[in-house]
Amino acid sequence: MARTLSAPVTVAFDYTRSTGPVVGRFLTGLRDGVVVAGRTSDGRVVVPPPEFDPITHEALTDFVEVAATGTVSSWTWVPEPVKGQPLDHPFAFALVTLDGADTPFLHALHVTSPDEVSTGMRVQVRWRGERTGAVTDIEAFVPLADEDSASPAGGGLLEDHLVTGVVTPVELDYLYAASPEESAFYRGLAEGKILGQRCPACHKVYVPPRSACPVDGVATTEEVELSEVGTITTFCIVNVPFLGQKIKPPYVSAYVLLDGADIAILHLILDIPADEVRMGMRVKAVWKPREEWGTTIENISHFSPTGDPDADYDTYKQHL
Amino acid sequence: MRDVAVVGFAQRQMEEFDGSPTCVELLVPLFEECYEQTGWTRKDVGFWCSGSSDYLAGRSFSFVQAVDAIGVIPPVNESHVEMDLAWALYEAWLKIQTGEVDTALVYAFGKSSAGVLRRTLALQLEPYTMTPLWPDTVSLAGLQARVGLDAGAWDERAMAEVVNRSLTAAEKNEYAVRKGGSSVEELLARPLYADPLRKHDCAPVTDGAAAIVLAAGDKAREVCDRPAWISGLAHYVDPMSMGTRDLTRSPSAERAAAAAGTAGVEVAELHAPFSHQELILRRELGLGDDVAINPSGGALSGNPMFSAGGIRIGEAAKKIWSGEAGRTLGHATSGPALQQNLVCVLDAEQKGA
Repeated sequence: MARTLSAPVTVAFDYTRSTGPVVGRFLTGLRDGVVVAGRTSDGRVVVPPPEFDPITHEALTDFVEVAATGTVSSWTWVPEPVKGQPLDHPFAFALVTLDGADTPFLHALHVTSPDEVSTGMRVQVRWRGERTGAVTDIEAFVPLADEDSASPAGGGLLEDHLVTGVVTPVELDYLYAASPEESAFYRGLAEGKILGQRCPACHKVYVPPRSACPVDGVATTEEVELSEVGTITTFCIVNVPFLGQKIKPPYVSAYVLLDGADIAILHLILDIPADEVRMGMRVKAVWKPREEWGTTIENISHFSPTGDPDADYDTYKQHL
Repeated sequence: MRDVAVVGFAQRQMEEFDGSPTCVELLVPLFEECYEQTGWTRKDVGFWCSGSSDYLAGRSFSFVQAVDAIGVIPPVNESHVEMDLAWALYEAWLKIQTGEVDTALVYAFGKSSAGVLRRTLALQLEPYTMTPLWPDTVSLAGLQARVGLDAGAWDERAMAEVVNRSLTAAEKNEYAVRKGGSSVEELLARPLYADPLRKHDCAPVTDGAAAIVLAAGDKAREVCDRPAWISGLAHYVDPMSMGTRDLTRSPSAERAAAAAGTAGVEVAELHAPFSHQELILRRELGLGDDVAINPSGGALSGNPMFSAGGIRIGEAAKKIWSGEAGRTLGHATSGPALQQNLVCVLDAEQKGA
């Protein structure tokens, strides 16, 4: 058995960015089939145009169009492409100095073997059919076999429809591992047990267990099985719907201090009208049917009132 | 300026850490080692600063969870950088210069193996024209290596010599995850991977953590027989774009070295995650053939994200503590193709305020 439990996790987010006038002009050009460069104070033509001059630090305003053909100034083979790269089979990344520019531009070069690439080779842009104003409007560079066959630039920039924003989806895949202590907690839940750990210095019992006591900074080692009965220390009534919500509002989310624990766990309170839930109320874990259990806190469906008298405030005031 | 010294150092490096990316479990024993080296408890540490990234951890606020390893009741004076340990050390050094504190413990951690590291690092690039193409770290280094090969700034034999020396030196480093030299001929006979790079030209994906202890003046002398005094510390950054800088050079490394003062350095630990980058750094830092380079094996033998740069400073400090050298250098890099560089020069002799 592996020491820790792990599961795949994908973190995804669409970054929405405003482009400003310089990057916006470059991306507008790509949308319209034109590569826009900037002329810097030292007379160099730079692709993509920098927002500010590297020497004078003035805002860059001198734009020029350069060709969609150019020369490879450096390249590297990509034997195992990663998700999101311009091509999903082995290809080359290249620095390409476009005709009319003085500095190279980074993009993919669509070839099928490193034998087909060399520094100094001539290439041209392969435009995407449907373009939106993004660097991916260039699908890739491709070898230019015949100078006369070079695809001309597009129809020119549409000045009155400048690109002002760009959305970049980011998606990252992980194999996320729980700590050994968290793994023990989840494995305990799969057997119907709630496990915590005691700090050897301050003797506080943490549930879920942590790798170190946050008070003392020492590893917690002694395993403690906790009661499934506890006290509501504080709670909130959820009235607002949100994306991914599994229960119809209103419902109660509460901190439950299990008997024998020194830190409350967050869980759901059901089997009682939301407006009757109160601090100090005694509650008990309600488990799902055993055949539905896994290594997850969701084995406990919710907490339900025991009907016992409320706990004295003094018994949980240290835990608020 | 206050005299500040490196007086403690601990590290862990491994191919794959079987544990949570918050790395609390890795950090607790590292801090214990630092307490043992100094005789301190956590209450003797005036300032804490960590280096890590949530993109690496795959969760939000991983650095907040990591403070569990310190024990933060009562609260501690704490900060964080989304950068390598070396920059956390820089912040702590500044904090000590302000006079607010006399001591600091800086640490860093990262589980590179949790995701696809070379892909995750595309998120540090310019977000409009670079990140959408997901240029991976190895490809960007390959473009840089090719520029130098084509220009004659280095050749593949020089790159293989770097690898062979590094992996041979790593045999003596218990933390190295890749070790074992062979010969330049044998290395060059291996197949190209990301042409022009072979796999051994690229640092291995490494998980790990590290911690460094700093102390000022008398505090340093109290806890260390031969404190490694920081006589120079500087960092600079080059443009991010791969197109507007000369990839065979590193002006930021040169400026950092000039500001820190590298004359007379006997041992240099360079953070070069790709073999050709060591060749660039040796030139920019003005290191002659008489300087011992990367006796630890360097990043080619283990490159834990967020720790590997700081580990270079820790390894350089160990040479001062042991009396093996009187003046050493630790270098750290960040960003694509040596974009940002930090140089820390350590001396056995306290210069005196």
